[in-house]
Amino acid sequence: MVRFINLTLAGITSGAVFAAVALALVLIWRATRVVNFAQGAMLMITTFIAWSVIDAGGSYWLALGAALASGLVLGAVVERVVVRPVENKPHLNAVIVTLGLFVVLQAAAGMIWGDTPHSYPPAFTIRGLSVAGTWLLLSPFDLFVIGAVAAVMVALTLLFVRTDLGLKLRAAAFAPEIARLQGVRVGRMLTLGWALAALVGSLAGVLVAPSVFVGPTQFDAMLVFGFTAAVIGGLDSPAGAVVGGLLLGCALSYVSGYVSSDLVTMGALAALITVLMVRPNGLFAASGGRRV
Amino acid sequence: MTAAVLAAAASACGGDGGDGDGSSAPGVTATTVTIGSHQPLTGPAAPGYSANSAASKAFFDYVNANGGVHGRKIVYKYVDDAYNPTQTVGVVQKLVLQDKVFAIVNGLGTPTHSKVVDYLNAQRVPDLFVASGCSCWDQPKKHPQTFGFQTDYIREGKILGDHVKKAFAGKRIAYFYQNDDFGQDGVKGLDKYIPKDQVVTRQSYQPGNTDIGAQVQAIAQAKADVVVMFSINTYTALFRLAALKLNFKPTLVVSGVGSDPITLTGLLESFAKKGGSAVEGNPLIQGIITAGYLASPGDTSNGWTQLYKKIHARYIPKLPFNGNIVYGMSVAYTFVQALQAAGPNPTRAGLVAALGKSKFTGPGLVPFAFGTGSHAGYTGAQMGTIKGQAIVPLGQPLTTDAADGPITPYTTPQPPAPANGIPPAP
Amino acid sequence: MSIDSRALFRLTLVRHTCGAVAAIAVLYVLTTTAGPYRDLQIAQAAYLTCAVAGLTVLTGLGGQISLGHGAFMAVGAYTAALLIIHQGWPLAAVLAAATGATALTGAVVGAVAARLEGPYLAGATLAFAIGLPGLANYEPLIDLLGGQNGLAVPPPVPPAGLGAAFPLERWQAWIACLGAVLTLFLLANLTRGRFGRTLRAGRDDEIAAALAGLRVARLRIVATVVSAACAGLAGGLLALVATLAAPGAFPLALSLQLIAAIIIGGLGSLAGAVWGALILVFVPTWASDAASTSGLSHNIASNLPLAIYGLVLIAVTLAFPRGLQGGLRDLGGALRRRLPPPRLPTNPPGGADEATTDDAGARPDDRGGAGGRGERVRR
Repeated sequence: MVRFINLTLAGITSGAVFAAVALALVLIWRATRVVNFAQGAMLMITTFIAWSVIDAGGSYWLALGAALASGLVLGAVVERVVVRPVENKPHLNAVIVTLGLFVVLQAAAGMIWGDTPHSYPPAFTIRGLSVAGTWLLLSPFDLFVIGAVAAVMVALTLLFVRTDLGLKLRAAAFAPEIARLQGVRVGRMLTLGWALAALVGSLAGVLVAPSVFVGPTQFDAMLVFGFTAAVIGGLDSPAGAVVGGLLLGCALSYVSGYVSSDLVTMGALAALITVLMVRPNGLFAASGGRRV
Repeated sequence: MTAAVLAAAASACGGDGGDGDGSSAPGVTATTVTIGSHQPLTGPAAPGYSANSAASKAFFDYVNANGGVHGRKIVYKYVDDAYNPTQTVGVVQKLVLQDKVFAIVNGLGTPTHSKVVDYLNAQRVPDLFVASGCSCWDQPKKHPQTFGFQTDYIREGKILGDHVKKAFAGKRIAYFYQNDDFGQDGVKGLDKYIPKDQVVTRQSYQPGNTDIGAQVQAIAQAKADVVVMFSINTYTALFRLAALKLNFKPTLVVSGVGSDPITLTGLLESFAKKGGSAVEGNPLIQGIITAGYLASPGDTSNGWTQLYKKIHARYIPKLPFNGNIVYGMSVAYTFVQALQAAGPNPTRAGLVAALGKSKFTGPGLVPFAFGTGSHAGYTGAQMGTIKGQAIVPLGQPLTTDAADGPITPYTTPQPPAPANGIPPAP
Repeated sequence: MSIDSRALFRLTLVRHTCGAVAAIAVLYVLTTTAGPYRDLQIAQAAYLTCAVAGLTVLTGLGGQISLGHGAFMAVGAYTAALLIIHQGWPLAAVLAAATGATALTGAVVGAVAARLEGPYLAGATLAFAIGLPGLANYEPLIDLLGGQNGLAVPPPVPPAGLGAAFPLERWQAWIACLGAVLTLFLLANLTRGRFGRTLRAGRDDEIAAALAGLRVARLRIVATVVSAACAGLAGGLLALVATLAAPGAFPLALSLQLIAAIIIGGLGSLAGAVWGALILVFVPTWASDAASTSGLSHNIASNLPLAIYGLVLIAVTLAFPRGLQGGLRDLGGALRRRLPPPRLPTNPPGGADEATTDDAGARPDDRGGAGGRGERVRR
């Protein structure tokens, strides 16, 4: 029982981070219909920037601020400079551009910061909590991770549902022509969508950094599992991203704990296929499956 | 038979024909000797291991600046294979066929190098000091051109296992190992000494998957007193963090591959600062028991470490000075010894023959197996404990074989580093 | 089928046969004059061509994206490796078995994937690409598949008739090139025929195709099987050329490179597949040579080839939105318009694909003309 609880707790913590990456992918997908393969590399860069702040003597929170700010800027710049030119081209072209960007960012990080992974501090202690003499795989820092992702989720929901800006963002993404007729500056909204997504991604990077270390290739798995989580949840649904992330986190934890740690990636495949067989457009798809 | 075909193919390629007469060996000119290597400069194995080749290069640059070997400068071409065996095959064939290197030196990795070892032997290219502790490089009959370097994982497992058996009799022991030849061979060695019924759980991890919570929890739940780890540095650090989370405080016995105090300190730096400051070395790694066959990078009183630090400061000051730097420079030192032994007109056959007869001493704490009909590298290790940034020796260096032979102390002390840093001429 | 179209088909077949024979002649000259290392690179480009060509049919013509073709190659490579090591089968049989086994895998994957589209298909195939190679490390299979180290394959032996001194690399290049030419020839004929037409119909308008009586799901499965078979052959050839099968040889990066190659070459174009494969082989080598002679510091020199490779991906995609083949065609079109008298549009060299000629060839200045092709992919 203790084992089950611990595996679940570990799954929820890693799932929260998958959810944040998935959320970033969903935001970009909703805004520009692009799967951003550079997301993992972008959050790697912003986490390196945060690490540099800490290395120079800055506090945890200053570094977090630097990561978020640089995420915002990086997202906007990427959209303007490399994604905008392919936005009206075949959509696979955008995928290849983001793949190329992924490679370039990884190489750039290696050039600037080297290949040796670095330590990144947690916001709070990573010593687990103990209940009735049993130590749990859950630390105050893990609670912070879960809380931060939940807060982002709530903030985004409020932004999209309650604010004028959110309405414009949604309009630009789903009905650009009508939005344009209504005076919404669609291009600007798309840039903002990318910036917001990169912001969420950069938060995910800082949250996961203490447990994977900071290096050019250390965040590769985040993209793969984040994407898997987004697909499980449904790429059009931010709520789906969060649920998908948590489900995937728990599934991987159980596979690792009960079956074999060698089969974790197979576990991800199995979880994904199971969900897609029942719901071909993810758990939170707006419409039913395709009729063929 | 395939080897014969390959050899025939090789001779047809030309460029290789000067091997026998000794006048024009491939890769050797009047002023240079060109050697090659495949290294993971990018990709999954780059963290940590990409520094090895930079260190070797720095040492060669140092030797070249001091006159080279027999008047020839060493040109070291190391090429990225991203730890992908297909790319290894491509870059090694390029080095051999197009760049016409004299030898392949310190090609890194078992899954990678095992795919070119037949090719190199068929082409009669010296394949020296493979950067992997697989015992498979020691097959002088099948692979006469191939020589190991580091202590193989079975030998290291035996020495660690012997220590655990003696020091922790009756204790509950757990294994935590990387699920590839590194961990599997290490466990083979451990099992030769540690009684089976003392091992309460065996957990493995897959490199690339950083979530090892499930494994560490299983070990904690089995109430292990001692955890023997065949893990790389990153996973030693991850294990330490997961154990911290579970308030699990076993004694750690870690393979020399994953116990570099400087690398571990770097990885765990942020987690130790919380406790206090001004502690020398990281409190999280103090007391880890390990085995080593080279000087520890944190042991600043050792002449070899001092030499390497000097070269590091001059040529590659931006890279962290850790176990990988010591390793890369020690390999380079040993290659310089081999090249000296091959004489003023080196040939591929001459280099291999010289190495087969060699009795090199140098940065190692134990001798090489070369010269005894074996092509294995270092034959043992010395147990030690991490204290501060250094590894404090426990007892004498030990040597053994990769089979069921005994473990015996090695009493010859490590020779001092030469004053000018260049191996004395034989 | 009217008499005219039958005649046209026969003409196409003749043209493709001529193309194949010409390609073989050119490759013969190339492989016999190049050195052993160039032969090896030609062999690499040839097996990658098989995989890229298969993928471009699936994605370009069928509209189904796959990020899992590296895993199909792994199936082919392991099949070939196991048969060579344990059964000692002759080459042709080994390659046929590798192709067949992968086609079977493709049938299973295709059945699952037929219901999926766009990013969901991308996600499922991506999970396939990272999941499958992990099987080699699974405890019960380690003895068979060699675990993380994988399998070393004895190199193919050139037939005695070629002489004892025949270079191995040339023999490997011949095998791989023959495989590539055969693949391109078969795919060219297949995509020119009814299969290609129905495939495109299903891609462009699924509902209309279904109304016209096409069974779109089954069509997609068949396309996946064909495409997987090509990747399986590519994997089998890789096992012979690189003489190995190992999990590390089939990382996610390989699958992503294959997708990049079809876009860079020109989506749906078999000639473009060749361009894409050439870029995959030669750009990293050149970049690596440039970096090693640059005298830059360790961190920069180590990562320079990667940076160049990424920049090439971005630059080519931005500069040639319809791929290199599309770019060449645009250039050809522009030249033709300047040269009176106007002629009928001719087919490009390698003449593999009509998919791009139907819109691109006719409207060379419509840079976004291939948009419809991506449509099904983007859902």
